[in-house]
Amino acid sequence: MKKLRDFLDSKVEPLFHKGGKYQRFYPLYEMVDTIAFTPATVTKGLCHVRDGLDQKRMMIAVVIALVFPLAVGLYNIGLQANLATAEAGLLLSGWRIDVLAGMGIEFAKNTVLANFLYGLLYFIPIFLVTVAAGGLCEVIIAFMRRHEVTEGFLVTSFLIPMIMPPTVPLWQVALATVFGVVIGKEIFGGVGFNFLNPALTARAFIFFAYPAEMSGDAIWVAADGITKATPLGIAALNGVHGAGGLIEQGYTLQNAFVGFIPGSIGEVSTLACLLGAFMLIALGLGSWRVMFSVFIGMLLMASAFNGLQSFSDNLMYEMSPLWHFVLGGYAFGLVYMATDPVSSAMTEVGKYIYGILIGILVVLIRVVNPAYPEGMMLAILFMNVLAPVIDHYVMESNIKKRMRGYGRKRIS
Amino acid sequence: MNVEQSAALNISAEEKKRLGKGERRIWKKNLFLPILDNNPIALQILGICSALAVTTNLKTSFVMSIAVIVVLCCSNVLISLIRSQIPSAIRIIVQMAVISSLVVVTDQVLKAYLFDISKQLSVFVGLIITNCIIMGRAEGYAMQNSPLRSFFDGLGNGIGYGIVLLMVGFVRELFGAGKLFGFQVLPLVSEGGWYQPNGLMLLSPSAFFLIGILIWILRVVKPDQNEAE
Repeated sequence: MKKLRDFLDSKVEPLFHKGGKYQRFYPLYEMVDTIAFTPATVTKGLCHVRDGLDQKRMMIAVVIALVFPLAVGLYNIGLQANLATAEAGLLLSGWRIDVLAGMGIEFAKNTVLANFLYGLLYFIPIFLVTVAAGGLCEVIIAFMRRHEVTEGFLVTSFLIPMIMPPTVPLWQVALATVFGVVIGKEIFGGVGFNFLNPALTARAFIFFAYPAEMSGDAIWVAADGITKATPLGIAALNGVHGAGGLIEQGYTLQNAFVGFIPGSIGEVSTLACLLGAFMLIALGLGSWRVMFSVFIGMLLMASAFNGLQSFSDNLMYEMSPLWHFVLGGYAFGLVYMATDPVSSAMTEVGKYIYGILIGILVVLIRVVNPAYPEGMMLAILFMNVLAPVIDHYVMESNIKKRMRGYGRKRIS
Repeated sequence: MNVEQSAALNISAEEKKRLGKGERRIWKKNLFLPILDNNPIALQILGICSALAVTTNLKTSFVMSIAVIVVLCCSNVLISLIRSQIPSAIRIIVQMAVISSLVVVTDQVLKAYLFDISKQLSVFVGLIITNCIIMGRAEGYAMQNSPLRSFFDGLGNGIGYGIVLLMVGFVRELFGAGKLFGFQVLPLVSEGGWYQPNGLMLLSPSAFFLIGILIWILRVVKPDQNEAE
């Protein structure tokens, strides 16, 4: 290993340095090199950091936290397909079933392994397309800007497939990823300068550009010919307790909490998202202030609608905070999207305001807007846009307060 | 072209001999500079509202561009003709009166001869009155310069506006509906073809993205258009 490293350092690397033969391709070399080897650079000056929590370590920790909802989500894809086909009396076919059969697994038996592998076979193509499209954009832009390829896309490349429905067409994933990476991030200066969450930008792109593949009833169960509304879609139509409502259709708080409901790949399990949340908070990566206040905002708004339900015909008014908590993308957005350290508010007070407003907006969009029963994406994107304004006013008021402490007026 | 304009052009034909090379250079500059180097939409960021609203297809973009070019040229010439008579305290109101009369005429002409398109353009023909490009050129150029120079300035700025509108309209109609000027270019999935229309392109925000990308490209090509840090 040492020999290989020496060879790389003495023979290969100079080719990519300034004046070298492949100088233009330095970003690419640097990317491959730092993924394969731990960089040997150490602090040289007097100062020393206590904990070397660099971007790469942080991103990898977040990816590990994402594994919980992903595992449940993958199992759930298979489970939903199995349940729906059994109900309709269909037998699934296609290359995924063939692959499973080749491994000696009969999908229709509804075992944990079969369901999980079936989900995995849906996830992997989407994931590969995301990595290919997004990685290509990152590398091209790194060449154009002559800087190194950053690790920022690592988490995004996991987030994008996790917020897609399993049946989403792959070319749309590619297009959306390019849109999310370029428009959502790179044109504002790349990682650390993006005021929008790139993964949500990508999802919003498909949501508005190809609504047939991102909303409606036909896309949430990974089996051809099966239409099944998401629980939120049912609630928007028929309410929770009434005829044709959630409870009558067999949904319970428990199975929604664990994640056995139709939905996007990674968003279904509130339980797994909470596990991820504990991990992120314990490692100091996710802001508990944001998570807590998103919850409080939702609680306030949902309770307010509950209190007002006798004044409206809208059946969504009766949905309790608990239902709001376990359905749709709420938990996933709360843990992994709203806490994005770049696009959320930076100031401590700002984080509370930002979070509470997300919570309020989610419920508002879900309940009042009949066209978009899934509100988390739009709520977070909207507050991403407002986060810099919140920070600005928090800082302004802080400056004013301190000025008053010194007995002076601010001279602007 | 209306009476005033052709009259202005006739005078120019007689006076051309007297005019030096310098005058013609100014016309040329007024005509071509706003197209790329000082584009009203891409550099001055004026007239964005109508550029978002009417560019869902090429036909409306085209008619809107023509309407703005006509109003812009006429208003520049008219305001320039009476510029020394306008009391400075009420000049904005006088400019508005001239511009809005011209817009009403344009609107009526469109309603009479292109009723379908005028229905699609709806209020946006009327809103040419508030288009910043027209007020901006009247106040910024025509108030200080001769009618002929103002005419070329109006023409140049109108063409600069129209080019951006047509480019945005081209992309939006092609990708949003698979059509160009109403003819099916890309066969749609719903009609047995392969192209699935992009619904985002039919919504106004897409024009924001497209104009933003256009400005990005323009500033990469011409770095002097970047704002100072």
